[in-house]
Amino acid sequence: MALAIQQLINGLTLGAVYGLIAIGYTMVYGIIGMINFAHGDIYMVSAFIAVTGFTLLASLGVSSVPLALVTVLVLSVLFTSVYGWAVERTAYRPLRGSTRLAPLISAIGMSIFLQNMVQLTQGARVKPIPPMFVGGIDLFTSEGFTVRLAYSQILIVIVTVALMSGFTYLITKTSFGRQQRACEQDRTMTALLGINVDRTISLTFMIGAALAAVAGVMVTVYYGVVDFYIGFVAGIKAFTAAVLGGVGSLPGAMLGGLIIGLIEAFWSAYLSAEYKDVATFSILILVLMFRPSGLLGRPEVEKV
Amino acid sequence: MMLQMSGVHAHYGHIHALQGVDVSVQVGEVVTLIGANGAGKSTLLMSLFGQPRASAGRIIFDGEDITRLQTHDISRRGISLVPEGRRIFPRMTVMENLQMGAVLADPANLHVDLKRMFALFPILEERCEQRAGTLSGGEQQMLAIARALMSRPKLLLLDEPSLGLAPLYIKKIFQTIRELNRDHGMTILLIEQNAHHALRAAHRGYVLQHGQIILSGTGKELLASPEVRAAYLEGGHGAAGK
Repeated sequence: MALAIQQLINGLTLGAVYGLIAIGYTMVYGIIGMINFAHGDIYMVSAFIAVTGFTLLASLGVSSVPLALVTVLVLSVLFTSVYGWAVERTAYRPLRGSTRLAPLISAIGMSIFLQNMVQLTQGARVKPIPPMFVGGIDLFTSEGFTVRLAYSQILIVIVTVALMSGFTYLITKTSFGRQQRACEQDRTMTALLGINVDRTISLTFMIGAALAAVAGVMVTVYYGVVDFYIGFVAGIKAFTAAVLGGVGSLPGAMLGGLIIGLIEAFWSAYLSAEYKDVATFSILILVLMFRPSGLLGRPEVEKV
Repeated sequence: MMLQMSGVHAHYGHIHALQGVDVSVQVGEVVTLIGANGAGKSTLLMSLFGQPRASAGRIIFDGEDITRLQTHDISRRGISLVPEGRRIFPRMTVMENLQMGAVLADPANLHVDLKRMFALFPILEERCEQRAGTLSGGEQQMLAIARALMSRPKLLLLDEPSLGLAPLYIKKIFQTIRELNRDHGMTILLIEQNAHHALRAAHRGYVLQHGQIILSGTGKELLASPEVRAAYLEGGHGAAGK
């Protein structure tokens, strides 16, 4: 029982991170109908920005954890959004109107480019951050197992809930959100109403990257280490989350993230930690085979 | 002069859809463009917005050359389109669709404009919070017109607003077109297969065939023209529907 509760906590934490990344996949798919395979690497870049930021702040003698955290979050979101913008501008926009496969290949190329760029500039070895977020709350002990809620886990859940609420408000209630959804439904018509569609697409990439940036900072805080390869695995898992929830559905991405996080945590604890990735990818295959529209996705046919 | 297209050519895929078209619209006029399916009517309207872009010729709107402008910049000049097939946003509410139409308008006018639209089409007020995709065809057409009017355009373009609608709705749509012009001075360019209704509602008309203007004149002249009668009015239904 204690183990199950511990895995529930771990799974929700992990799921929150996957959900944040999955939103980026789903938003981009919604608006331009492509899977941005470089999105996981955008997340990886943000984790490296976080490591650099934390190390820099520590060497400057900043000892206040909240101050360091906020500074790094802001920096990471800013830089990563620029990455998101630049990737769309250089790798995808020139290919818009070309075949469906072209931007997909370009995205894979961009993913490889980002990984290699970080590997060359930052080195291939695992990079740690100064220990800042140690500690937690011991909830209870039973059968010799102590259920522990780390401070970093509390942080992740609070930040994710706040961010997703704000993001949901942005998309459902604001003028930008309406323009974003309008672009998803009919880009030409949206342009005819006087909206700069290219700008809306750029902003979508930037928002997706910003959410991934927060996820990257959170993961850095949680695990304390990063390497240039984390984007690939996390990216594919978040992609699985997006597919499971229904690609194009924002609540679906959040839900899919949570489910994938929970499955991974429980699988690791009760079956096999080595095969946890197999579990995730089996879900991807099963969903694609039996329910390609996902849990909350809508079927392709629409009454018009 | 509100709109002047001179010698406009445009291609749609491999089709040379517009072959040197001259069309003009004066301030306060209702002008209609009739022609059979595939004559290039919709391409003509869309080419005003650069979709497809005119490959030759010039388009002057309100004294400004808009031939090379981007689509959203052309809309910003004060042209509003009710497109073929309505193209409302089906997964947004009626209200959100209207708000999308008002993106270019002064936010201070939103409530006044909404009231005007609800006075024009009371059904839209009733359906305000409903998803637009659940509306009937006629209701969607009204929404598309209201959405186009929300930006307070100088020129309103309508692409086959009567297509596929029940007679009652067709009557309502043409009545609205007349009212907009007569009571609000709205300048309108109307595309129709329903030549009879269109020519009666219009001051002037053009007949488009294979991407060329083959006839033009006042609505009355065209209604009386034997060629128009033979091609578009026999039986009183216009050319064969889609």
